[in-house]
Amino acid sequence: METLFFAIITLVAVVSAILVITCKNPINSALSLILTFFCLATYYVMLDAPFMAAVQVMVYAGAIMVLIVFVIMLLNVRVDAHKKQTHKVALGCIIGLFTLINTAFLIFKSRAAMPMGPYNGSIIKQIGHTELIGKEMFTTFLLPFEITSILLLVAIIGAVILAKKKI
Amino acid sequence: MLGAYLPILLLVIVAIAFGLVSLTFSSLIGPKKKSALKLSPYESGCEPVGTARDRFSIKFYLIAMLFILFDIEAVFLYPWAILYKKLGVFGLVEMGLFIVILFVGYIYVWKKGALEWE
Amino acid sequence: MDMITIPAVNLTPILPEIILSVLAMALLLINVFVQSSKKTYLSYISFIGVVGTAVLVGSGWGTHIESFSGAVVQDNFATFFKMIFLLAAGLAILIADQYMEREDCNHGELYPLILFTVVGMMLMAAGTDLMTIFLGLEVMSVSLYVLAGFNRANTKSNEAGLKYFLLGAFSTGFLLYGMALTYGATGSTRISVIATQAGQMGMSSGNILFLAGMLLILTGFCFKIAVVPFHMWTPDVYEGAPTPMTAFMSAGPKAAGFAAALRLLLIAFPTLQADWSQLLWVLAVLTMTVGNITALRQDNIKRILAYSSIAHAGYALVGMAAGNSTGTAGILFYMLSYTFMNIGAFAVIILVGKKGESNGNVQDFAGLGFKHPMLAVAMTIFLFSLSGMPPTAGFIGKFYLFSGAIQKGYIWLAVIGVLNSAASVYYYLRVMVYMYMKDPTEDFAWTKVSAPIALCLVLSVAGTMVLGIVPSIILQYAQEAIKLI
Repeated sequence: METLFFAIITLVAVVSAILVITCKNPINSALSLILTFFCLATYYVMLDAPFMAAVQVMVYAGAIMVLIVFVIMLLNVRVDAHKKQTHKVALGCIIGLFTLINTAFLIFKSRAAMPMGPYNGSIIKQIGHTELIGKEMFTTFLLPFEITSILLLVAIIGAVILAKKKI
Repeated sequence: MLGAYLPILLLVIVAIAFGLVSLTFSSLIGPKKKSALKLSPYESGCEPVGTARDRFSIKFYLIAMLFILFDIEAVFLYPWAILYKKLGVFGLVEMGLFIVILFVGYIYVWKKGALEWE
Repeated sequence: MDMITIPAVNLTPILPEIILSVLAMALLLINVFVQSSKKTYLSYISFIGVVGTAVLVGSGWGTHIESFSGAVVQDNFATFFKMIFLLAAGLAILIADQYMEREDCNHGELYPLILFTVVGMMLMAAGTDLMTIFLGLEVMSVSLYVLAGFNRANTKSNEAGLKYFLLGAFSTGFLLYGMALTYGATGSTRISVIATQAGQMGMSSGNILFLAGMLLILTGFCFKIAVVPFHMWTPDVYEGAPTPMTAFMSAGPKAAGFAAALRLLLIAFPTLQADWSQLLWVLAVLTMTVGNITALRQDNIKRILAYSSIAHAGYALVGMAAGNSTGTAGILFYMLSYTFMNIGAFAVIILVGKKGESNGNVQDFAGLGFKHPMLAVAMTIFLFSLSGMPPTAGFIGKFYLFSGAIQKGYIWLAVIGVLNSAASVYYYLRVMVYMYMKDPTEDFAWTKVSAPIALCLVLSVAGTMVLGIVPSIILQYAQEAIKLI
């Protein structure tokens, strides 16, 4: 049952991802991207990571897509009138194929026993995913967590300086 | 485990089905008498002028970008809220620090006039 | 879930970062609350802040304090690099005000952004967790993207900001992917744990996941320190960015990239040394050669220095490929001397340049030696040092880098390095020929040398000469700094 569900979601994910790059209208591409993001969120749910799924929907499918659609409207990109550039497509295919082989190789080659972190599936189910993220955030990754706020602050300054009409 | 998400899945299916069914049936059953006025885009009763794909002002972009940054700040609040009692004062202080740093950014944005429609 | 054990928080190791962040936030607010078109006072405040932080950082020499359960450390290695970052920031702040005033883009946010960049770089050098290093790198990079595009009226600056952002974000992807693979292979993001896991489980190049992680992390850093073939962004960004920021980003962030890469390669990936050493051998040769050969054909002085900065990254990679104490100490020494000589050279470029980023070609230096002898002498010293002639800092630095390679048995690498160094003399000498042997093409109106720029020039000349004549003191510090690794 789960495998079937996974297969369906994967099919949708792959098709929508292909639509992102083949759609002539950028708005359609953006909408397909939202679908891809939702499929990703479903993966997170299947991996028992509901918090990640919620963040995926909130931040990516929500906020970041708003930004992407804004950029499309801002630039007013019309339906792509460029003719096809075959050599670029070929290059992309080669790189894609290379990455695919690489990934497959990585997956099948490194079946060796890898060291495990402190958490496994049953612990996550018992305590709860969001709780564990919170715990790690405030213990192991306390400093990175605080640096994140500095990073966001710098991004705020950057947004104002680069995008504001008059500074 | 995934059984817990079954209601959500059902709701999604119902929502999609509702949209599809109502659209299909209204286009099948509804009477169609086409005229130039009826086929023109609906603009709240006004006469449509020019293309709808007009360029947006850059002002929207800045607002959207600031929205994302504060949206990400909000994401960090959830794990803390769940663990609020267990983390106690320590968590409050750390989260306070996090928010104060971003509050500086907020004051900056406000005083800079980036939230105003210039 | 049981109660959460709250980690012991010792703020000493990140005190410099805290001070600089608080100062930057204060300056940010002062800037919006005080209505003043002059921003000189901000540069003074931030300069004093940088000097004060440098004193604090220096007082931590010789200590070894871990904090945040091993996410950050205060050791001599971090301290040495933090001093380089503060030096680069201090010198950049000194030359910024006059230039920004001239180019009409003197916005007060410049100084907070410089300080935030330093915070990011410090976290990169002091971070002992992949997450700390990554976030430090991001704080640094995001600030730099903005600084590169700071001159909004200038299209070249816009181009620089955009290019740097796009390629930087791309390289961050590589870095993060590498970190994820490393985490997958070892089960931790702590560098020390990665090292012990890799040692215990005998992870070497046979473990594809671990190897791929290392390679991708290295690729990410190679982008940041502009190593061929990941150098494409460098000339355009260096040319387009405001000159003081070019000076800053050629010295500070490059050193930060080397700091983080060194710590990772030497502590987390020693079991893969055979692999990364070979790889860096090739990259070093490519970087030196491509950088120097392309620089030969440039006319714009900022572009020349951009390609020269690629070549200099190549020289430093020689020391990294060697990976022994002489080579790595050489990198530390070289980064320090490079900061002095490169920012000094850019200070002269700022003085020769005119409004609108004009007057920046080699030809515009014609006759400088007669009109402004002092300035020409300073430039000569910097160029001598950049080309690696004794008795300047550049010579000693290169000497140590190449000796490291020879000790490791990389004779050919050292030979190629020396040959490259010889080739580079041509384009540095070309500037000198214009300064001393050509008549000025036009009477250029002379901009007044403001006191801060004069101070920057004096400091840079002094640094370049002192490091060249009595290098032993700093070399000792550098030797001690790498002992902890």
